[in-house]
Amino acid sequence: MPNRCIVSKVWVVLSLLGMLFFAACEKRETVQNNSSGSRLSVVYIPKNTGNPYFNEIVAGFEEVCKQQGCEFSTIAPSTAEATSQIPILKEQIQRGVNIIAISPNSPDALNAVLDDARKAGIVVITVDADLAGNEAHRDASVLPTDFSKVGESQIELLGSQIGYQGEIAILSATRDAPNQNAWIAGMKDALAQPKYSKMKLVEIAYGDDEPQKSATEAEGLLTKHPNLRGIVSPTSVGLAAAAQALQIANKYPSVALTGLSTPNQMRKFVQDGVVKAFQLWSPREMGRLACSLAISIKQGKVKPGEGVEFELPEIGKRSFGKNNVVITGPLVTFDQNTINEYHF
Amino acid sequence: MAALQERFAVKRAELVPLGLLAAAMIAGGMLSPHFWDLRYLLDSTSLHVETGLLVIGMTFVIALGQIDLSAASNLALVSCATAKLLQMGVHPAVGICIGIGLGTMLGIVNGLLVAYANLPSFLVTLGTLALYRGIAQALMGAASVKFPESLCGIDRWYLPGGIVPVPFAVFVVLAAAFGVALAKTTFGRRVIAIGANSTASEYSAIKVNRIVLSVFALSGLMAGIAGVMMDSRLGVARYDHARGLELEVITATVLGGTSIYGGKATMTGSFLALLLMAAVHVSLGLANVKTEIQLTIIGAVLVLTLAIGGVFSGAKAGGLAGRAE
Repeated sequence: MPNRCIVSKVWVVLSLLGMLFFAACEKRETVQNNSSGSRLSVVYIPKNTGNPYFNEIVAGFEEVCKQQGCEFSTIAPSTAEATSQIPILKEQIQRGVNIIAISPNSPDALNAVLDDARKAGIVVITVDADLAGNEAHRDASVLPTDFSKVGESQIELLGSQIGYQGEIAILSATRDAPNQNAWIAGMKDALAQPKYSKMKLVEIAYGDDEPQKSATEAEGLLTKHPNLRGIVSPTSVGLAAAAQALQIANKYPSVALTGLSTPNQMRKFVQDGVVKAFQLWSPREMGRLACSLAISIKQGKVKPGEGVEFELPEIGKRSFGKNNVVITGPLVTFDQNTINEYHF
Repeated sequence: MAALQERFAVKRAELVPLGLLAAAMIAGGMLSPHFWDLRYLLDSTSLHVETGLLVIGMTFVIALGQIDLSAASNLALVSCATAKLLQMGVHPAVGICIGIGLGTMLGIVNGLLVAYANLPSFLVTLGTLALYRGIAQALMGAASVKFPESLCGIDRWYLPGGIVPVPFAVFVVLAAAFGVALAKTTFGRRVIAIGANSTASEYSAIKVNRIVLSVFALSGLMAGIAGVMMDSRLGVARYDHARGLELEVITATVLGGTSIYGGKATMTGSFLALLLMAAVHVSLGLANVKTEIQLTIIGAVLVLTLAIGGVFSGAKAGGLAGRAE
């Protein structure tokens, strides 16, 4: 019996020592972080951990914070669940940060805690996604691109590869995906312009964002339309599947293919020459803009308001749209020369 | 020596989370200069009170040798239904009572299936885990429903003195009341007895079915109160709120020293274990420790606690069997 007592005491002591050791290890880091004194501290809270897309946004923040001498940290919840960012927000407020940038997991569950942050004098900015209907709970929002111009931009990219003439087709996701349909409508509007009048849209296929169905639909487009010159697929699943279909059918470069996707998903096809160029917005540029804007707001150099124009160091002129939304810029085109600069 | 051991043994289940809680508080202070702020620490309990309420119910359920996997889904369904009722213009007091009543009813459904249909609670509540959340989703779709402005922000209401938040006070009062019920009343002793040996209890003229039913009803009642509380704290209800919370609830309960095999339970232990989990979360969060590392450390703390508990109880119980205290 006494042996047991000793064993258990040893356990308790060991565990306490373990925790203290851990605490001591971590403490050094904390002290370093706090040694910066009056520098502005910026925190960015992505939707969840382990997502290369958000790593690019983080890279943008890091760049700007380095240039402007701000202290930067990023911390993400392990899941993108609606309430998972609330404890993190509370902790950052208590840590006394000056700027909170967040890609919100919920449009409405964060309202109260974001209000707390702003009451504490923290500038709150949403990045990549916004608080639809609850815009009053943040100072400004930085969004990827002007989505009304995506359709035209894609048609221009495809047109430039096929000499602005010939039969083209669209490979979309599902029939009722709102963003897809908005972009397809934009493409149709563009095709009505004189510049694109010799491009003829022969079919819109739907791959439902399933790799297998998208591949089948892409093969179908190639066989049904022997004179097809180009395919545009504004969805990453569709674009990858169509590229695979083109590669197998050996129909490139006679059929041009473009669309929206991330560099990581398309790198192989660009290197193989199956896809010359495709587009997406740049999350890193979005991070740079958001960080720079938030710092300027905190410093009182920029006051958010609809229609207000401002200029940011190393980024340039921008203006606030409705609800203090700032657009990062036009779509970025990735091709053989530029794709290796991007890692998302 | 034996007397000392006996006295020590009574409290040992609570000693482990208490010791670790103290360690976590010390570590928290060392990790971040922002940790030792009483107001902040009390405020941060609000994020864990809903879990805590479910832990109160779960302590009874597990003491009974059963499990309630549907607690968090029950909470979500109550929060959705209540928000919907209030949005339709039902008087707040009536709506909230209906919500809490609904939670209790859902608990009773579990209890009836376990006690009278003789089904294993693991399977029953695994089913209702999906069912209750499914109904919530059918009711709401992907949309969220706003809670009336005047009832929002329970975590910002304080007891006179302005430092103790209302949710924490509610949790302490309920934990104390049900702690007494568990340890000092005939009902509590019967729960423990059934958990230790259901057949023997039956022969001892304990109405096992009735007790099982009331314990599941209690678990539902707690989910009901927690559901309404979450509505008020978040200001909106959604079907996917509190998803996966049941695991945290079971963890805290077992961490507190309640035997997963039933027949042994302590509300003080559950209470301390909940505070321990909250303290670990807060101290790591304030130190900006990466989420992956946070999960690892929390997992390690759990395993460590159980290991310590195992070393302690190995001496007395000699292995797996639980023991009525």
